[in-house]
Amino acid sequence: MKLKWSLLLALGLLLSVFLVACSGDDGDSAEGTGSDDKKEEEPAKDEENVEQVLNFINGDTIPSMDPSMATDEYGFQFLGATMEGLYRLDENAEPVEGIATEHKVSENGLTWTFTLREDAVWSNGDPVTAHDFVYAWQRAVDPDTGSEYGPYMMGGVIKNATAVNTGDVPVEDLGVKADGDYTLVVELENPVPYFESLTTFGTFLPLNQKFVEEQGDKFATSTDTLLSNGPYKLTDWESTSSSWNLEKNADYWDAETVQLEKMTYEVVKDPQTGVDLYESGTVDRAGLSSDLVDQYSTHEDYVVTPETSVFYLKMNQTRNEALANTNVRAAISRAFDKQALVDQILNNGSLVANGLIPANFTPMPGGGEDFREVSGDLVTYDVEKAKEYWEKGLEELGTDSVELEFLAGDSETAKTMNEYLANQLETNLPGLKVTLKQVPFEQRLDLDTNMDYDIQFSGWGPDYLDPYTFLNLWLTDGGNNKMGYSNPDYDALLEKTTTELAQDNEARYQTFLEAEKMLFEDAAIAPVYQSAMAQLVSPKVKGVYVNPFGPTYEYKWASVGSEE
Amino acid sequence: MVRYILRRVFYMVITLFIIATVSFFLMKMLPGSPLKAEDKLTEEQKEIVLEKYGLNDPVPVQYITYLKDLVQGDLGISFAFDNTPVTKILMDRIGPSAQLGAQSLLVGTFLGILFGLIAAISHNGILDYTSTILAVLGTSIPSFVFAGLLQWFLAVETGWFPVALWGTFEHTILPTIALMIFPMATAARFTRTEMIEVMGSNFITTARAKGVSEYGIIFKHGMRNALIPLVTVIGPMAVSLMTGTLVIEQIFAVPGIGEQFVSSIMVNDYPTIMGTTLLFAFLFVVIILVIDLLYVLIDPRIRLTGGKS
Repeated sequence: MKLKWSLLLALGLLLSVFLVACSGDDGDSAEGTGSDDKKEEEPAKDEENVEQVLNFINGDTIPSMDPSMATDEYGFQFLGATMEGLYRLDENAEPVEGIATEHKVSENGLTWTFTLREDAVWSNGDPVTAHDFVYAWQRAVDPDTGSEYGPYMMGGVIKNATAVNTGDVPVEDLGVKADGDYTLVVELENPVPYFESLTTFGTFLPLNQKFVEEQGDKFATSTDTLLSNGPYKLTDWESTSSSWNLEKNADYWDAETVQLEKMTYEVVKDPQTGVDLYESGTVDRAGLSSDLVDQYSTHEDYVVTPETSVFYLKMNQTRNEALANTNVRAAISRAFDKQALVDQILNNGSLVANGLIPANFTPMPGGGEDFREVSGDLVTYDVEKAKEYWEKGLEELGTDSVELEFLAGDSETAKTMNEYLANQLETNLPGLKVTLKQVPFEQRLDLDTNMDYDIQFSGWGPDYLDPYTFLNLWLTDGGNNKMGYSNPDYDALLEKTTTELAQDNEARYQTFLEAEKMLFEDAAIAPVYQSAMAQLVSPKVKGVYVNPFGPTYEYKWASVGSEE
Repeated sequence: MVRYILRRVFYMVITLFIIATVSFFLMKMLPGSPLKAEDKLTEEQKEIVLEKYGLNDPVPVQYITYLKDLVQGDLGISFAFDNTPVTKILMDRIGPSAQLGAQSLLVGTFLGILFGLIAAISHNGILDYTSTILAVLGTSIPSFVFAGLLQWFLAVETGWFPVALWGTFEHTILPTIALMIFPMATAARFTRTEMIEVMGSNFITTARAKGVSEYGIIFKHGMRNALIPLVTVIGPMAVSLMTGTLVIEQIFAVPGIGEQFVSSIMVNDYPTIMGTTLLFAFLFVVIILVIDLLYVLIDPRIRLTGGKS
């Protein structure tokens, strides 16, 4: 019986495809080629010709749609599509107006006053007001909420965030106040030049207090217990769902800009299955794992998108005396061929990293060159130099052999990479013996916390648009340092960027350049590569931007274009 | 009979209690914590979150709390799915796995018995060898190999079936076929061996001498006896099929419980791990009881209570 029904359905669909094709015939050919330029003026006409629906794969379920609780890629992705904070990142990762239309910063950089638009509404009809932001931000750091990202993102930024989280002061003391319904006044702990872009992040989204409290424990566990104030609404979703949709939110203040009617999502974890679904036309985009790239890199829809995560070797200076020696570390950081690793093992468009700050992440202030380009290659593969440093180091240690434990992940790609790196180090540095210790992620974190390793393969993705998100990792008391690196000069430089230079972005970036250089003079870490994602993307997917941090994709300006 | 069942149920409860205890402590030995942004938080911040989930209490205290809730039928709230009760996760995920498991078990054993029978009847004939070779291949080649092949040839290349995903009956066909190979091959091998043995026993000769038709001999006298040992194998197989398989569920993107179980372990979602373990254990002991009772029905030589009656 079911079979018959679906046959009928399939026939019906086929028929409708023909009908659509026919009806669109008269103007289609002309429209198809010129649609890109005309989109601005005639979005309505475009919609008539192509069905504005895209079908996507999601790598997993959405664990949380509660902005205060979300911690992962998918949570932030769907929060970004269904909600809107003060600002939103555009194509060039520049903050553009969201619920806020403009803001003023006080002379000392500590008070930010945002003017909110008055025509923004929640999907239940309530207006989006400054009180919604106050409630959401207070909730994010309230210890009773148990949020992880709240204290992480707001601590040290919003006034009293940490004190509220530890229960030392009441939540009302958090530095965020509503001045009437449409003015939001935020007080910061220190001047934060990147605060504007930070407000686009999921943790800073507003919440409708009445609705959240009505839903109680059920809040954000299904479509019915969610409110949207962004470009799309999440439909047919429950926390355990393996398929759901994003549908255009007609109540969004900027609904006329939004062209897509609907996006469908299906959870597919196996990359090969994703590619098969792409090839059969079921989905419009599929990610490629390293082992699939070989086969599909010549596919006409093959696309490589650079990401902003950087991977490097941490060298623990506290456990093995050899690694306390700067020359030994300098030798190790020059002794492996990164280009070969990127080309042959990863093979997905990843870039060689010769510094800490990723490429195409933060341009120098005033629309200047990319930070990475200005800073240049700070440490490159150079066997000769590596050997020189190595011999010097061994001499200082008074030994001719060193044994190191190499801690790393245990996925298939990771294993190949680990073996390659260990082999390169042993080959290029005579007298070095590397023992691999490959463990699951959780275990690696434990060992990292206890600083129970010599060399560790590790990585970091940015939490906001500023080099500080990477550079602060290596402060002496940095929570993620965990390798015993400490340079008071480095600490002082970074300290300066958050205090006396905080309002002078030009000088801050100059200081960041200095700090990054210092990090590699000390040979603190050995950068390996900057990741990229290899995908098959249908040419009809238009206007989807990849964000440098926060939600992976920005869909507000997305549309379905012609197949060509 | 009733007394026997009551006694068995009592032992089942004890078994489940032991399983709950052992897996609780094993789970606590897993490295890491359920914190999601562990690498980003300070020690103090971690404490605040752990406190909220009651994970700062000493492990024995956590264990007592856990048992108390369990007795009241409360499996807790998942750590990985925000505010979602574990029972809801289990209910949502067991469905697809159980459906695939039941379909593949039914079709698989039916076809397996059929092939086994044909092989036994044409003992040492060409059909026998063919089905034996197929059965050996079926038991030794892992199901994900079949899954990959089926997906490629019957879906991607020909477009006859959906490549993956879940929803309609068609979506279940390929994973069912992939899963049914093993029960089919196992059933075929068992049926063949038993059937050949039974067909050589004295009561078959007697039946033949009485002039029972060949049809009657095979189905009435032969098969009924040959299938008894098969019941022993089918039970555990049923449980393992219905509780889902990681690989098949991943390949066909089925939202099943097998795949969910592994994900929960990866992220230290303690309540979901415990809930799933207990559910599997429960299914297992129930099926074993059912099989023991089934024996009585199909094999007159087995009695539950002593030999007095």
